Amino acid sequence: MKKVGNHNSFSKILFFCLALMLSFTTISFAQDAAKGKELFNSKCAACHKLDAKSTGPALRGVVERHDGDVEWLHKWIKSSSSLIKSGDATAVKLFEEWNSVPMNDFPELSDEDIDNILAYTSEEKAAAPVVTDSGASSQGGASKADAVSNIVVLGALVVVLLMLVTMLFSVRKVLKKVIETNGFEHEIIQRTSIWKAFVKNQFLVIVSVIVMVLVGSYFAFGYMMQIGVDKGYEPVQPIHFSHKIHAGDNGIDCKYCHSAARSSKTSGIPSLNVCMNCHKNISEFTGEAGKDYGKYTPEFYTGEIQKLYDAVGWDADAQKYTGKEKPVKWVRIHNLPDFAYYNHSQHVNVAGLECQTCHGPVEEMEIMRQHSPLTMGWCIDCHRKTDVKLENNEYYAKIHKELAGKYNKEKLTVADMGGLECGKCHY
Amino acid sequence: MASNKKYWKSVEELNENSSIVETLRDNEFVEEIPTDEFLGDKDKLSSSSTTRRDFLKYVGFSTAAATLAACEGPVVKSIPYVVQPDEIVPGVADYYATTVADGFDFVNVLVKTREGRPIKIDNNKLAGAYSGANARVNASVLTMYDSLRLKQPKVSGKDTTWDDVDVKVKASLEDAKSKGGNIVLLTNTMASPSTDKLIGEFVAAYPTAKHVVYDAVSSSSALDAYEKAYGTRGLADYDFSQADVIVSVDADFLGDWQGGGYDSAYAQKRIPKRNTDERKVMSKHIQLESNMSLSGANADVRLPLNSADLKAALVKIYNIVVGANVSTNGTAYDEAIKKAAQQLKAAGSNGVLVSGIDDVNAQLLVFAINEALGSKAFLPEQTKFVRQGNDAAVAQLIKDMTAGKVHTLIMSNVNPVYSLANGEAFAEALKNVDLSVDFSMKEDETALVSTIAAAAPHYLESWGDVVIKKGHYSVTQPTIRPLFDTRQFQDALLLWTNNNTPYYDYVKSVGQATISNKTWNKIVHDGFATFGDLNKVSANADFTSAANAVAKAKKEGDFELVFYTKTGMGDGQQANNPWLQEFPDPISRASWDNYATVARVDAEALGIVNKHVANGGLDGSYITLTVNGVTLENVPALIQPGQAPGTIGLAFGYGRKEALKKDMQVGVNAYKLYFNANKVQTVSVAKGNGMHEFACVQLHNTLMSRNDIIKETTADVFNANTEEWNVFPMVSYDHQNVKARTIDIWESFDRTVGHHFNLSIDLNACTGCGACVIACHAENNVPVVGKSEVRRSRDMHWLRIDRYYSSEDTFDGDVQKKKDAKGLSEYRSAFYDLENPADNPQVAFQPVMCQHCNHAPCETVCPVAATSHGRQGQNHMAYNRCVGTRYCANNCPYKVRRFNWFLYSQNNEFDFNMNDDLGRMVLNPDVVVRSRGVMEKCSLCIQMTQATILKAKNEGRAVRPNEFETACSAACSSGAMVFGDVNDKDSDIVELVESDRSYHLLEHIGTKPNVVYHVKVRNV
Repeated sequence: MKKVGNHNSFSKILFFCLALMLSFTTISFAQDAAKGKELFNSKCAACHKLDAKSTGPALRGVVERHDGDVEWLHKWIKSSSSLIKSGDATAVKLFEEWNSVPMNDFPELSDEDIDNILAYTSEEKAAAPVVTDSGASSQGGASKADAVSNIVVLGALVVVLLMLVTMLFSVRKVLKKVIETNGFEHEIIQRTSIWKAFVKNQFLVIVSVIVMVLVGSYFAFGYMMQIGVDKGYEPVQPIHFSHKIHAGDNGIDCKYCHSAARSSKTSGIPSLNVCMNCHKNISEFTGEAGKDYGKYTPEFYTGEIQKLYDAVGWDADAQKYTGKEKPVKWVRIHNLPDFAYYNHSQHVNVAGLECQTCHGPVEEMEIMRQHSPLTMGWCIDCHRKTDVKLENNEYYAKIHKELAGKYNKEKLTVADMGGLECGKCHY
Repeated sequence: MASNKKYWKSVEELNENSSIVETLRDNEFVEEIPTDEFLGDKDKLSSSSTTRRDFLKYVGFSTAAATLAACEGPVVKSIPYVVQPDEIVPGVADYYATTVADGFDFVNVLVKTREGRPIKIDNNKLAGAYSGANARVNASVLTMYDSLRLKQPKVSGKDTTWDDVDVKVKASLEDAKSKGGNIVLLTNTMASPSTDKLIGEFVAAYPTAKHVVYDAVSSSSALDAYEKAYGTRGLADYDFSQADVIVSVDADFLGDWQGGGYDSAYAQKRIPKRNTDERKVMSKHIQLESNMSLSGANADVRLPLNSADLKAALVKIYNIVVGANVSTNGTAYDEAIKKAAQQLKAAGSNGVLVSGIDDVNAQLLVFAINEALGSKAFLPEQTKFVRQGNDAAVAQLIKDMTAGKVHTLIMSNVNPVYSLANGEAFAEALKNVDLSVDFSMKEDETALVSTIAAAAPHYLESWGDVVIKKGHYSVTQPTIRPLFDTRQFQDALLLWTNNNTPYYDYVKSVGQATISNKTWNKIVHDGFATFGDLNKVSANADFTSAANAVAKAKKEGDFELVFYTKTGMGDGQQANNPWLQEFPDPISRASWDNYATVARVDAEALGIVNKHVANGGLDGSYITLTVNGVTLENVPALIQPGQAPGTIGLAFGYGRKEALKKDMQVGVNAYKLYFNANKVQTVSVAKGNGMHEFACVQLHNTLMSRNDIIKETTADVFNANTEEWNVFPMVSYDHQNVKARTIDIWESFDRTVGHHFNLSIDLNACTGCGACVIACHAENNVPVVGKSEVRRSRDMHWLRIDRYYSSEDTFDGDVQKKKDAKGLSEYRSAFYDLENPADNPQVAFQPVMCQHCNHAPCETVCPVAATSHGRQGQNHMAYNRCVGTRYCANNCPYKVRRFNWFLYSQNNEFDFNMNDDLGRMVLNPDVVVRSRGVMEKCSLCIQMTQATILKAKNEGRAVRPNEFETACSAACSSGAMVFGDVNDKDSDIVELVESDRSYHLLEHIGTKPNVVYHVKVRNV
């Protein structure tokens, strides 16, 4: 079983225990299925899966399929080619059945190793990991309780404030009564209301109008400048591709897929054959037992992988390309206007910037979104602040020496190199 | 007084008690408006859930929703490859070597592709390549994206499949074979060894087949002469870089004479270079011709002669060089001709004579003269195969067709119905052919009357091979999958001979068999290979009788019509290419037209006028030309300085109607008068009615003695070691006279750090060919604006090549005339005179683009700072910042800024390539398409300099010397334009900028341009 997702030590222990338990139950194979699993993952998993066809057949119960002929299996695994050459009928049949793709020879595996692997393949299929509701509901409950307690606290505060207000009123009432009963004289001073005074003061009116207009236009300008700035744009894509799983959990380098970023103006949306480098073997998302995936269940992800297969025309059962391709129409997120020229290779390859500098924490994004505003001010700000990476690039050697002498400083920003000129980006 | 008249609208009204009249009076509508149908049903209305208020709410909501929705940006889709080809990285250009061989132009080129689509043609700069793409070749990439191309095969005008075509053609071929009917393959010159082999196999399979080669613009006489003298059907090659004295008798070798392609070798020798005895020497070029051609414009001495005089001149030269004594008529320039002949003879093996006279005997004399000289520039052993047309065979074919002797006719890339003088006869004769197939890229005149119009691919979609000249093998490779359901002529021939080999394999096997010193991959990579040895050959013909025959030539009639091909249009196969239509002719500076060029004296005699009208445009009289009883009406006449009196020039390639967008259907069809494929015809001329509106981009023709714009000198003065010939303007500074270029009224920026770009233009090497103009168009997405806009001087060319005529016989004469003028009235009349060009003027070309002034007048006046200076010397233009005040254009002393008066893309008013999806595929994705209301201009190809810098940075190295290029400098095959970084001391540009010939345009105004020119030296 190929696993995708977080491997934490707990799950490892759990599996280990399970395997241990199973190894006791299947007494006929007194081998170490746990070791077998390790070997399976390192030697076999590139072409075989336990429960599904891959380049080669599914291996669960392979011993049973061959009527327990372990000796034959040993021979086959160590050198399938010589077995086929020797004219072994079973071997030839198997070879032909699987499109005459030869299996690698594994002379380095000892008999014990092979037994271990076979033990692993003979394990019963574990029940699909049932997502227990308890954990999820308890978590949800906790957050609900938090919300409730907040409301209670706020309610109490409101009650206290109301009480204070009523107390003030009653104090005032009592004082008035005291005045009346004791016959104190009290003068009521006639004051012009503050509003009327304000209206009468022409100067103040003008000043405040000016201030209001200025403040208003400041905010209006700010609002207007937002138009066409798509920061935070997070469209729904035809295939739910999780950068979090790929770049975050599995730590795949950005430039493995976006390889053009090193050499081209565009970083390039990877063509589907790049996806298939890995997904030819990873056909399902199994997730981790007991982990809550919320909205995105393992089944959901497996469905998305299926969408990829549909697009690229891959028949996972037959392990063949059908030739029926449906190119994926991704929704473009980062969209610079045509009049601005931007080149990825300049920033990625020459300057050595991390992708995250502009694209944000992509490895944490379940759904890709635009992290930066991509406005000219944003570009310019960075060009003003960022020092040019001059080291180890012969191109800068002469220019750096001359410019450093001119500006009398060792480090030069992009702006010092002319990176603020209109024509550097607009042509 | 009240009138008693009764007004009535119809007779019925007179009838007093007519019910009709009453009804009409009472009812506005004849029929009742059925309001009851939707308002009458009160129950339904009251029970409706939508009240009036609700209705208004809905209206309000939907309006608001629509408004809000409009604020959202559009959703942009990005579709990656499913399987990305290894060689394509989106955003990175790929280059492929290929070869153009369209029957008229033959050249090795490099094709720039982006994301799999070709967007630009570059020169193949590998040593040994047959390089030098002209304006047409540069523009040919757009011809592929022609929306009016033939998109699938058609049978009798109806769309069909190739299978259907195969069935029909095969049946017809078999029928012809069994009946013994003639099969004819009529093609243009292909010079393709694999096609020749294939046609051989075709003839073997169908023994009644034969191959006829037809060139629209014939070189038959030169081919016949070469065949007579050297035994092979071909043309002699010339190497003008070996010639000190060039005498050309009506050969426009800088144009399309015998296939052209001589610019770069010629230009090499035109730049004065120091020789062993410390003199700077250059070649001397004497041109004798009727029309003012590019070669004539570049010549040191030019003699305008009619065709009879040209023949006489050739005989005179023959007499002197060979030492013969054939008597001829006298001409007006006998002394000059004698002098030229003596110079030629004195030059000996360093002299060469070329001729374009359409006469076998005259062509034989060329061989005789060059062999007598022992000319090093004359290479008869290096046979050129770029023209193979056989006029006699074509004439015989038409006879056979008319007589019904041709069963099946298969044509490829020819359009005889349009390009034959007797095109109608050809079309008529086609009816007697059982089956005619026309391989054509467009549904042109011939395809329309052929049984099967077979859609052919563009050369950028095809495989092929060419032997341009002996020992030089080139490969054509596709750079894009065929855009339409097309098939190559060769692929069809293979199928029709029951050969299932794809043509690619066929070419490959021929190529591998021909070339032994390169692998096939290497040949395809380089685009060419060389093979075999050249053996010296010598002419074997009766020259004396040839000379006697030529000497007999006499002028017939009052006028001669002399045909020529325009630099832009050539033979007219790319007539639907808007870049070429808008390309101004280098000589006349007129675009979107062909016209009869008339000498001033003849124009005055015939009453032909050219005048400028109120909107600044040029108008010219119409004339009617009659040759052999065939009349061409409404030919616009342009008075051409330098036109030989008694001759009229007319360009081929115009006047087509079929498969052309409406705006491109301009000009008159000169082929209609091209009888017997002879370029000189006796013509009668009559003035027609009305005036023609020209679209000229330059209306002022003379320099007005302003010799600081184009600085000129003669070789003698140049070598006298004085500074007289490059006088710098002086200004007074601190009461001292100092050179203007040393003074600065501005704080100058330190330009010694980093790159600082300069462009050098050598006026000696520039032939005015205009390849740079089209290259600039292609690189910078320059829009096409159309004839009426060009006429309003709203052309958008970022790079123009100004052409000036002298008013006196020489430019020096102009200056002298101004100097000699004394007093106000003399001055006044002198300047009036200077406005008119001389009858045989000196000509000078000057490419002018944005001069990228270090103190740019445009920058200081822009109210929004949209144009600013970069420290690399380029004058930047931020289009998105420009608000279109046009103040900058007014303040530019060089008039190089162009304003977008309209939106030129996706606008039906400008139905050129940017108005259809296909035509827009040629746009360069690295350069923005400008919108309406913004100013634009040359950027010194900043996208290219930036790309070069980035390439160096990515590779972690300094930029190599001479690595920087602009589109114009890269396209310039004559070496006139050199671009580079003056702060890189190893670059060629440094020496050029510091050369004693260099000067700045309008130096005295102190703009400090980054474009330098080199003083033109004339070897008179």
